[in-house]
Amino acid sequence: MINWKVILGIAKTHLVTKMKSTITASLGVTFGIGAYITLVSFMTGLNKMLDDLVLNQTPHIHLYNEIEPSEDQPIALYEEFEEAWNVVHSIKPKQSQKKIHNALPILKYLKDDDQVKGATPQLRAQIFYLSGSIELGGNLVGVDILEEVRMSNIQDYIVEGTPEALKNNDNGILLGAGLADKTSLNVGDRIQISTVKGDIFPLKIVGIYQSGIADIDNVQSFANLKTVQRILGEAESHITDINVKLNDIEAAGPMSKRLERQFNVKAIDINEANAQFETGSNIRNLITYSVSITLLIVAGFGIYNILNMLIYEKMKDIAILKATGFSGTDVQLIFMSQAMIIGAIGGVFGLLVGYILSRLIDNVAFETEALPTISTYPIEYNTMYYIIGISFALLSTFIAGYLPSRKAKRIDPVKIIRGT
Amino acid sequence: MSLVLEAKHIDKYFKKPVLFHVLKDLNFTIKKGEFASIMGKSGSGKSTLLYILSTMDTDYEGKLYLDGALVTGKPNKQLSRIRNEHIGFVFQFHYLLSEFSVLENVMLPAKKLAVKTVAEIEHDAMEKLRMLNIDQLAKKRASRISGGEKQRVAIARALINNPSILMGDEPTGNLDSHNAENVFQIFKQLKDEQGLSLLVVTHDMDFAQRTDRIIQMEDGRIVAQ
Repeated sequence: MINWKVILGIAKTHLVTKMKSTITASLGVTFGIGAYITLVSFMTGLNKMLDDLVLNQTPHIHLYNEIEPSEDQPIALYEEFEEAWNVVHSIKPKQSQKKIHNALPILKYLKDDDQVKGATPQLRAQIFYLSGSIELGGNLVGVDILEEVRMSNIQDYIVEGTPEALKNNDNGILLGAGLADKTSLNVGDRIQISTVKGDIFPLKIVGIYQSGIADIDNVQSFANLKTVQRILGEAESHITDINVKLNDIEAAGPMSKRLERQFNVKAIDINEANAQFETGSNIRNLITYSVSITLLIVAGFGIYNILNMLIYEKMKDIAILKATGFSGTDVQLIFMSQAMIIGAIGGVFGLLVGYILSRLIDNVAFETEALPTISTYPIEYNTMYYIIGISFALLSTFIAGYLPSRKAKRIDPVKIIRGT
Repeated sequence: MSLVLEAKHIDKYFKKPVLFHVLKDLNFTIKKGEFASIMGKSGSGKSTLLYILSTMDTDYEGKLYLDGALVTGKPNKQLSRIRNEHIGFVFQFHYLLSEFSVLENVMLPAKKLAVKTVAEIEHDAMEKLRMLNIDQLAKKRASRISGGEKQRVAIARALINNPSILMGDEPTGNLDSHNAENVFQIFKQLKDEQGLSLLVVTHDMDFAQRTDRIIQMEDGRIVAQ
């Protein structure tokens, strides 16, 4: 029978009378856990920010018409050469349009699908931005701006002006931030663009778009889908891209394959498009966790040391407890509970320290051109990290306490009392 | 008269550093209410014997009975329980838990036994302290009292669970003659008034001669009792 009240009473007395060691040991845990919480919150916040930077601008499934050569060259259809080794030089892409065939029925089909949160049509056009006699090459993307607002975070990247302003202006353009700098233009100004065919159109700048990725901001602008169709002189069904957002991102892979077969278009899902990005995130997470675990292991060794010392100091007490009828298990539990108390107190304070540090970092100004949506350092608050933190604190103190306490359990009281 | 303690054919070897036969076929008994002392030169094995009798040392051959029940070969958990309940122990060096108060030191074995409530235990402990004239020290830290007082506290602790037998390993060895006499009187009083059985290892001839019986040891054998 284990008498917890007595055991905890003894453990408490030991901890209170050895306040200094207790505090030192607890601080070890506190710093370990605090650093873990801070690091993991900060790193995942940063990861998430970087992920969002790219992923927000990547649709779950992107449908477009790829310009590519035919899989089967004409000679393959020629029965006489079926068994032969055919060599075709200078293969050209298949003659086809950039627009998606039957785009409007596909859009309607997608919008009716339960899995689909939304599908937005886009028309990408190669154009030139004219600034005096200078021609700057670039893209103009025709979008259904309000659908884009609903589906993607485009409004976060409109640093001046509003999406509605574009919607309300048939000749409006959301100019890329890099382009606005280069041409020294601002909201309310007019910019002339020229199509590849040479037609020139004046557009009114209703907003500035800044994604944070310079390569995009230097070339890309947005306008209404109809505006771009008009500029190109194309019909309402002329759509080059369809971006699909799903309710469940996991369904993107299978669904993109299905759409590809069904509509005979090229479909890229988000995982395929950002495979290398995922790798980067994983490696950053790996670094975060290895640093955190190292910190916690160091804290664990601190506890191990202090308990070991405590047990050497308390050799006589252990002997006397055993002589007066405490069993080895009782003695072990006394020291184990000391370790666990240190772990629990240190761990809880560690969570607090971690939270406070995260809060501090969260409030430090972090303004950069590249990230228009960010004003302070990013922190990810996640209850899971706190649960992991306290569990690891308890686990590591358990292990750190177990070994010395087992030694205490095995101490032979006769040897101590007789002084041999 | 019934027997409190009975030892049959106790043999003990020290295996390190070299094999050494410490106790050689010891047989003896302690009757209820008897005040016995074990005497002998250093190295005669008297302390070794005492630790075997106290059930702390289990590495021996032979059989040991306490209150008529065999204790040899029982698992450690049960032996702890037996020590807690039936054996009181007083050492040469007081061996109190220095961080606890005098009262807590005395109460600890009873709390471990957990038969009585804390209030009852505290009452008992105060009674034992009063009996030994040290009740005024109850709230003091064990490290803050004198050597003689410490030994009396240790006796109070040994008595808290009303054991069948009180064992002492040179309980007066570290005390001046005044305090040593004091401890002897306490033991005597316990035997006379409460019928407690006592077994004390001592070097002190004066002390031993005033006990009921002297068990004389030499080279691991009992030479006279």
